Formats: sequence, structure tokens, C-alpha cells
Amino acid sequence: MPGVGLEARDISAIRGERLVLRSLSFTVPPGGALLLLGANGSGKSTLLRVLAGLKRPDAGTVLWMGEAEAPVAYLGHQDAVKPGLTALENLRFAAQTGRSTPRDALQALDLLTLADLPARLLSAGQKRRLALARLVLSPAAVWLLDEPTLGLDTAAVERLGGLLAAHRAGGGVVVTATHLPLPLPGAAELRL
Amino acid sequence: MTAALALLRRELRLSLRHGADTLAAVLFFVLAGALFPLAIGPAPETLGRIAPGIVWVCALLAALLPLDRLFGADFEDGSLDQLMLGGLPPGAVAGVKAVAHWLGTGLPLLLAAGPLAVMLQLDPANVPVLLAGLLPGTLALSLLGTLGAAVVLGARRGGVLLPLLVLPLAMPVLIFGTAAVEAAGSGLTPRPHLLLLLAVLAGALPLCPLAAGAALRGAVE
Repeated sequence: MPGVGLEARDISAIRGERLVLRSLSFTVPPGGALLLLGANGSGKSTLLRVLAGLKRPDAGTVLWMGEAEAPVAYLGHQDAVKPGLTALENLRFAAQTGRSTPRDALQALDLLTLADLPARLLSAGQKRRLALARLVLSPAAVWLLDEPTLGLDTAAVERLGGLLAAHRAGGGVVVTATHLPLPLPGAAELRL
Repeated sequence: MTAALALLRRELRLSLRHGADTLAAVLFFVLAGALFPLAIGPAPETLGRIAPGIVWVCALLAALLPLDRLFGADFEDGSLDQLMLGGLPPGAVAGVKAVAHWLGTGLPLLLAAGPLAVMLQLDPANVPVLLAGLLPGTLALSLLGTLGAAVVLGARRGGVLLPLLVLPLAMPVLIFGTAAVEAAGSGLTPRPHLLLLLAVLAGALPLCPLAAGAALRGAVE
């Protein structure tokens, strides 16, 4: 049945011989958002990795529009920024399949003035913004964010709010794990 | 295809930025080779006879040096997750990494091998055969090394485990490579040995990236 958005059916996952996710089911409609809440170690990151397809669920399935292959953009705990490359070069690989140019993505996160700086000179918050710029480049409809606001200042959090709203307005889905309040109006909550 | 090229470009740009890594492997190769005349003595007939073996063993060891960073850096900073989601099959990611390893390590070693062999008193007439063996040989070593690097990814003390895994796999390469020069030196044709080397390469070419890709999938889980 198409048009249901992102659907998780009876997902269970084992991590380190411990059952962290137990028969979890939820649906996020297109344009919707889901906040994953819970204490440290409650399985938020594991669920995001399962949804991304990085980790195979030990039971259950993840569907996007009724299909098994979900087009995802994943932002993990780590920024995946290469210190030896400039900010612009860091985005080149993601830009291959991208819908906008690396410069536009940098502009969207207010990093354009730092485009030609080696990424090792960026601050933690700037690296996080660079990792977020990769999301902007991705054509994927499903954004999976693990603590996206880690190290961001208030202006950058507002900027992220704008990006998330634009993504959802285009029919995209956002699933995010967080401990901090996020500018994500109308998001459903899932407590793990 | 464009994604694979983009990844290769990224890898080459990174290895250019960290040029010291390439230089370290080549310098290790030359220095390790230069130890033999000091230890065995500079008698040309002795050195000339074992020169192909020295070049091959040193090339094999030098090719191992950069392997633990091949995926290690990407694994630690989260880039490997992005590569797995970047639209390229894991096997292709591993294949591109193997090509990047060869261009960054194998090719410089190949260029340094000729002068090192002459320095070790190898008959200059046999240098082309040595290089003809090293060309498919280093390619096969890059592929086997990529496989090893992917398998030990995430393991504690992976850097120590890596040579133990790769060196036994590399033995056929070493045997046929040195046998080719040996044959040429005694007036026989090196052709069968070189063909066997190519056969090893032909086997490694599809199998190593596939196996390494499966190991990468396991590593990100």
C-alpha cells in the first residue's frame, strides 16, 4: 500500500547480547516527524541504524512507501568529516547524487566563508554543521538524525529548524533522537 | 560509476594531503632492502642471487604498512557509515579502496623496485622480469591487503592481526614472483610463473572486493 511513509513493523534488535529493541512498530507519514526519547542506552541510536539499513534488525522489517529499500540520509554521532580535506571537498562525494551543489549546501548552514578551510581547523559546532550540510545535499526522503544539535549554537539550531521544516514540506520524513528541545513542530514522540 | 570515481578522487586527494604516508612506505622499502648488504656482506654474487627475494619480501612488508589506516580512519570518524549509504555496493567501495591503495603504495613501490634491485647487484637484464612480476604482484597484494584490512576492522589490536592474516595469503604471490626472476636468471622462460601470477590476480580481482565488502557490512553493524 503506497503513501504510508516510513513504516517499522515489529522491529527487534539485539546489541551485545542484550535485547534493546523489542517488537517496535510505528508509522511516520510523509511530511511527518518522529522524536525518539529515552535514557542513555535505551536503543535510540540502534533504532536509527536499523532504520538506515546499516544494522539488520534481528526481527521485523522497515518499509518506505511499502518498499523494503528506504532512501535515507543518516547523521550519526560522528560527523564523518575528513580533517585533511577542505569543507567543500568534504561534501564532494555526497554531492554525486545530490540535488543541489556543495556551495548551496554550505550556504544553507552558513559555512560558505569557511568553504576552502581544511576541516581540521573547524570547531566542533562547525564540523557538526558541515555534517548537516551533507543532509541538505542528499536526495533521500528519510532523514535519520542522531543528536543533530550536538555542539550547535542557538542560531545554528534555528537554521536547522528551517531546514527540517523545508524537508518536511517537500514530503520528507524526519526521525531524530535527541535529549535537547528541537524546533520540530507537530512531531510525534516515541519513548524507548 | 560516477560515485566510484568520486570516491577514488577523494581517496587520492586524501593520500596526496597525507603524502608522508606514501613516502614512509617507500622509504621503509628502500631502507629495509639496504639492510641486507650490511648484514650479509657486499659480495656481488651472493647479493645478486638473493636480490629478487629481498625486493619481493620488502615490497610485501612495505605494502602492509598503510593497510590498517585504509578503513581504520573511515571507521573511526563515521565516514564508513556514509560510504555504506552512499549508493555504492560495499564490494565496489572495497574495490575502489584497493585501487587507491595500489596507486598510493603499490605504484611508488614498483617505481622504487628497479633502482633497489640494481643496488642489490641483480643482473640488469633480469630487472624487467622482476618488474613484470611486481606489477600484477603488487596489484594482488593490494587486493589481499584490502580484504585483510576489512576483516580485522573493529577488532581489538587489528593492526597486529592484519599481517598474520595477509602474509599467508600473499605467499603464492611471493613464490611465483621470485621464481620468475630465478627462471630468467638461469636461462629459462619466466612465462609460466608470470602467467600463474596473473592467475592469482584474476582470482583475487573479483573475490577480494566481494569478501571485503561483506566484511565492511559486518563492521558497521
